[in-house]
Amino acid sequence: MAHDTLAPAPTTRARGVGRVLIFVYVILALAATGRSVYEFIAKFDEAPFAYSLSAVAAVVYIVATIALIAPGPVWYRVAWIAITFELVGVLTVGTLSLFLPELFAEASVWSWYGMGYLFVPLVLPVLGMLWLRRSR
Amino acid sequence: MIEWFTIVQVAIASVGGLLAVILGLAGKKPNDLVMGIAALVELLLIVQLVVAIAAPAFGNDATGDVLEFYIYLVSAVLLPIAGGFWALIERSRWSTVILGALCLAVAVMVYRMNAIWFVQVA
Repeated sequence: MAHDTLAPAPTTRARGVGRVLIFVYVILALAATGRSVYEFIAKFDEAPFAYSLSAVAAVVYIVATIALIAPGPVWYRVAWIAITFELVGVLTVGTLSLFLPELFAEASVWSWYGMGYLFVPLVLPVLGMLWLRRSR
Repeated sequence: MIEWFTIVQVAIASVGGLLAVILGLAGKKPNDLVMGIAALVELLLIVQLVVAIAAPAFGNDATGDVLEFYIYLVSAVLLPIAGGFWALIERSRWSTVILGALCLAVAVMVYRMNAIWFVQVA
């Protein structure tokens, strides 16, 4: 990832079509954070597992958003880790919510592969990975 | 919330958002039309905020959770501002797509707010 520093002009990945991707990340981070804050304030006791998961998802989306905007090889690696975590998270939780629905009586962002968010949480990490690979 | 106003708002945000996404993908930089759409969406959200604050005084109370409602509303109000600034900083076709995408997100959020205010499943 050293060649990231060799390129002269581009100091950030927030350019071109990547900006659209980042903005969708901003929206999702906002949505996940808002939802999580509400769940913690209003009804954490009802489904601690699902709500804790919402909070983890929210933090990962925030980290991914920052890592996509921030320049440099370290953030590039952070972006990969966060986005990989997202993909694993949405696949794991999505599958679990299908087969063990009692764990997710209350939905989280990643339940049913992010159906409540129009499957954006499922599609976004894949697009993110493609973008990261291209903008290396 | 006022139901007919909310329906109009969702319709404007959806159609305007779709139009902006199409214009952006066609290569248009953010022009007055697209910025106007985002501004209109923001204006309607502010009206919605005023309505939501005033409505309980007229006996129009939310049937759902007011806290959840306002988290959606405040987030929605922030979106066009964030996207608008971004569009002014970098004037490329992708900013047009972003403005469209945020209008679509606002449409979804207002639809959710409508459900919180009027429709209780549980």
